[in-house]
Formats: sequence, C-alpha cells, structure tokens
Amino acid sequence: MRPSLQRHRSVLDFALSSLLRRKGRNLALTAVYTLVVFVLASLVFFVQALKHEAGELLEHAPDMVVQRMVAGRHDPMPASQVDAIREIRGVEEAEARLWGYYYDPVYGGNLTVMASPDPTLLPGSARIGRGVARNMRVAEGDMVPLRGYDGLPLLFTIQQVLAEESELVASDLVLLTPADVRTLFHLPEGLATDLAVKAGNPRELATIAAKIVEKFPDARPILKAEMLRTYEAAFDWRGGLMVVVLSSAILSFIIFAWDKATGLSAEERKEIGILKSIGWESGDVLLLKFWEGAVVSLAAFLGGVLLAYGHVFFFSATLFEHALKGWSVLFPRFRLIPALDAYQLTVLFFLTVLPYTAATLVPCWRAAMADPDSAMRS
Amino acid sequence: MIQHPGVLALLLASGLVTLLVVAAAGLGWQILRHWDQHSGTESQLALERRTYLVSALLSLALGVQVLSLFLFIFTADGLHSQFVGAMCAAGSLAAAPYGYTTLLLKVGTCLLAGAWIVLHRADIRAYDCPLIRPKFGLLLGLAPLVLAETWFQTRYLTGLRADVMTSCCGSLFGQGREGIAAELAGLPPALMHPLFWGSLLAFAVAGGWFLRTRRGALAFSLLGLAFFVIALVALVSVFDLYIYELPTHHCPFCLLHREHGFVGYPLYATLLGGALTALGVGVLSPFRGRTSLASVLPAMQAKLAWTALGCAAVFTLIVGIWALVSPLRL
Repeated sequence: MRPSLQRHRSVLDFALSSLLRRKGRNLALTAVYTLVVFVLASLVFFVQALKHEAGELLEHAPDMVVQRMVAGRHDPMPASQVDAIREIRGVEEAEARLWGYYYDPVYGGNLTVMASPDPTLLPGSARIGRGVARNMRVAEGDMVPLRGYDGLPLLFTIQQVLAEESELVASDLVLLTPADVRTLFHLPEGLATDLAVKAGNPRELATIAAKIVEKFPDARPILKAEMLRTYEAAFDWRGGLMVVVLSSAILSFIIFAWDKATGLSAEERKEIGILKSIGWESGDVLLLKFWEGAVVSLAAFLGGVLLAYGHVFFFSATLFEHALKGWSVLFPRFRLIPALDAYQLTVLFFLTVLPYTAATLVPCWRAAMADPDSAMRS
Repeated sequence: MIQHPGVLALLLASGLVTLLVVAAAGLGWQILRHWDQHSGTESQLALERRTYLVSALLSLALGVQVLSLFLFIFTADGLHSQFVGAMCAAGSLAAAPYGYTTLLLKVGTCLLAGAWIVLHRADIRAYDCPLIRPKFGLLLGLAPLVLAETWFQTRYLTGLRADVMTSCCGSLFGQGREGIAAELAGLPPALMHPLFWGSLLAFAVAGGWFLRTRRGALAFSLLGLAFFVIALVALVSVFDLYIYELPTHHCPFCLLHREHGFVGYPLYATLLGGALTALGVGVLSPFRGRTSLASVLPAMQAKLAWTALGCAAVFTLIVGIWALVSPLRL
C-alpha cells in the first residue's frame, strides 16, 4: 500500500477508536444529525416522487383540453364548436367530454362524476373508484343513491369497483352512461363539459391552440405541458417552503454541532497533547479531526437517507403527507414509486453535510493547534 | 425566485463559500504582510498556525466550488420544465439575467481554485514554505472573483420567475443566429477537424517532450489550455452532431440528458480536469529554481502532465468512438 494511503488508513483507524471511546457524546450528535438528514431527505424524496407520479399520470392525459369561458367562468360547450375544432388541420382526434362534481352531503366528500363511452356500462349502473367505495362502505352489486339537480334521488347499481392500480387518479371517480350524467346534472343534449384534443404531431399544439382561440375567442385551450409545468412549480414551491421552514431546525443543529466541537473535554485535550508530544504534527491532528467528522457525517447521512427512503416509499411519508399532497375527504391511498437520483443526494449533501463541516472547521483547527505542554497540564 | 430545494442548496453553498473565502483572504492578507520565515517570534508562530486554518478553509471552499458547478448546471437543467420554450439548461440560463455570466465565473473560479490547490500541495511538501507569498497573492485575486460569482448567482437565482418565455437551445446555439455562442457552434467541420486534431498532436508532442526532458513546461501548459478550449468548441460545433445524430443541433447541455447516455458528464469532467492539470504544470514552472522544491516539483509536474494527457486521451476516445458509430455522416 502507498505510504499516503497507509497514513490515511492509520489515522482513520485511530479516529474510529477515538469516537468509540466517547460513545455517549458521539451517539447523541449522530442521532440529531441523522434526524436532520432524515427530515430533509424525506421532503426531497417525497417531492421528487410526487413530481415523477404527476409526470407519469399526465403521460396518458389528452394533449390539450379546450374549455369555454363565460364571464370568466368555465361553461358547457355547444356541439357546433366541438365539430368546428375537429375540422382544424393537425387535430387527429377531438372527444367531447361530459363530467362534473357532485357533493355528497352524507359523507362530506366531493365526487367526480364522468360519462363513460364504454358500451358495456349499463344504464342505471355505475363504476366507482376505491375511495368512493371505502367512504360509502359499498361493494359491487350494492345500490348507491345520488341526488339529482331537482333534489330527487337517483339509484345506481355498482357494476364494478375500479382496480387498485388506478387509485391515484380514480379514487373519487364515478363513471355513468352519458344519458345518466345528463339526467343527474340536467345537462341538455348538444352540450359538452369540455373537449379533449389529440394532435397528430405534438409540436403543432401551440399552433392548433392559437387557431382555436382565433376561431372561438371565448375558448380556453390548456396544454398538457402547461399542466405539467404547473404541477412541477406547485410541488417545488411546497418542497422549497418546507425547506425554508426547516432551516431553523438546521440552524439549531449547526449551533449544537459547533458547541459540541468547541467544548473539548479535559480528557480530549490531554489526548491531543500526548499525541503531539510523541511526534504527531498539527496537520496529523487536523487530519484526525477531519476523519472523525467524516465518519459522523457519513454515518448520519447514510442513516438519515435510508430512514427517509423507508418513510417515503414504504410508509407513504406519513409525516408530510398532508402538507405536501393537499387534503380531502376522499383521499387516494397509494404507494409512491421510488424515484431517487444522484442529484437529490447532492442537494441533501449541500443542505446538511456542508453546513456541519463548515461549523466544525474552526473548533477542529483550534483543537489541533493546542500546545502539547499546556494541553497535558490542563 | 423559484423555491426549489436545488436553488436553496446553491444559495446556501455560495453563502458559505463566500464566508470561508473572505475569512481565508483576511487571514491571508495578515500572513502576506507579516510573514517572516526566519523569525522565531510568537506572532510568526501564530501566523504559521493560521496557515493550517487557511488551508482547511480553502480546501473545503474550493471542493464545494467544483461540486457546485455541476449542481448549478443540473439545477438549471431540472428547472427547464418551468419555463415556456426551454428544453434544457440552455433555456433556464437565459430565463433570467446573469445565468451565463454565473456559469462562466464558476468555471473561472474552479480553474483558479485548482491552481491554488496545486500551489498549496507543492508548498506543504517543502520544509520552508517557499510558495507562501504567491499562494496567498493568488488567494487575494481569487476572493473578488468568488464574491462576484456569489453576487451574480444570487441575482440570477432570485430573478428566476416560473412561466416566463425563454429561448430553447435550438435557437440559442442554432446556425445563422447572432451571438458568440451561436457563432462558435456554427463553425464548420472543415475548419474544426484540422484544428482539433492539430492541437491534439501539438499537445501530445509537447507532453512527450516535457516528460522526456523535463523542459518546456510552460509551452506544454499553454498548448494544453489551447487544446481544451478548442476541444470544447469542437464538441459544440462538430462532435455533438454525431451524438445527437442531427446535423443542426448544437446544444452543449442536452449532452447531459439520459437519452444521450449522460455522455456530457465524462466529457465535461475530462475537459475541466485536463485544463486544470495542464494549468497546474504551468503554474509550478516558475518555481523550479527554488532549492527546497527542486526534488518535489519535477515529480509533481510529471504527475499533472500525465493526468492532463490522460484526460485529453479519454475525451478524444469518447468523441472518436461516437463519431465512428454514429449513423450521421458530415
């Protein structure tokens, strides 16, 4: 082995035994450090996983949704507009959608009621999401009453409870036939809620949107890219806000680390004094302090990251769930898909290890520069 | 400002680096003014102890500086989806003033920081600290640059607004556009091929001569720096076309994406590492006459020269293989 490597190995060996000699103190420091890394790592992983999830979901969303605006509010679209938009060059497919929100006063949840073009769905029947089934405590074959626009109840037989995999998007979903949706909301024939547009070439979407607005100034086209951008901005903002809130915790930890590094015990002083008197140079003691800090940082960083991984991807980030996902009565239950990369780990490293190292640098230097004679006397 | 964890990490890092470098520069100024190698006074001993602190402060600051260069590019790349029209970091850097200024300053501080570390490594190997004055002189030059970088980075990051319109890399580095980046990207292969291979040959010959005779260190260093600058221009104007398999796409940042196998990372790492080590050979050459360094510097310079030549070889190998296997023919 090369002499320089051998030197590092020997100093690391000594640093480990030195840390073990002061088990209690170092364990307390590592535990607090791990907790700080855990909280921040959970946050970073969770935000990244949600962004990843949103991206995956929007992968199957229509390229563009066109809504009609009346007095600044979303209004149903006449079928004539739907046909005219379908005629625009570049539009491959345009589907009129029929949907609305239904507030259930008994269970206090908002349902998304949507017309399904599937011919196997029978009139008077419904397909419901897992969240709806859970909330109303119903199963396939049961009857569900929904109050129509005139206050009279309409009964629907549950034909199917939607699969668990679709829970994130379909937790609050109720699928009915188009005729049943029109009866429930009193939507006249010839009107649709909005329009889902698919373009042959996605690069033409901006041009298609401009043509739609030119033709129908009251139309509002929403591109999939815009939705994705909004999701990203919202999650980043929530994540960043939490980091700012947690900065006080990081600052407290830095003060704690500074205090621990400054307050050398008499035994430690004596140890440094003896090391220097037997031939260690100040640079060697500084290297020893560096390795002690590196071992503590590495242990806390790895521990914190592993705990955060379990917290986010196995326990759905119980601690931050409501602050970051939002809240609702009909909340979907889902397990996040692990989305972890070197970038997130670097960000975490910058937010935790860097301030710790900077805070302990000057105290370590002071310790290393101690005069052997006075250090041994103290 | 966009409250992205990466943005917050960059702001925190630049704040800390500035603090460390300013503290080190303050101590360095005292050392420069009062250093007297032959004195045995209490104040000289205190100064000698402080050199350890300055070295520790700067080693941390400069290590973070190199890491933050990559974090900066990656964060800019990750933010591109929040700006209308941006396809990669090129658009994000143009989305607010001082994006490209910050990037250039970061590269500049990384190179100077590398030169400082090379001087420091040589200095601590000699018994009489012969490079203390040039080392701390360089530090005093480095500190304003780090301050400027922190200032421009803060202005850039706090000036970012989601949903603003920006330009995509296709328009920033496209042929026929105005601006130095577009003009460099538009240089023809007929010019860049001979320039790249010629500078590589000159660099390799200078390297061979230096390693054989231990002479011509400055020429080797200058030829090395010229090669790495030409290699960067050749990468953006010619070699990336083979990687993208498109005759018109010249973006230097799309190389960092997954769809191109993250090939940008080894390419830029070899360019930065090579330029840094070639610069190191030149930085050390004026001090070869110092007695206490006579046994140290030749070995150090040889190691740096081998690393610079190795980086050039790896870079050439990657772009060469890509040009051979790419279905695009220019």
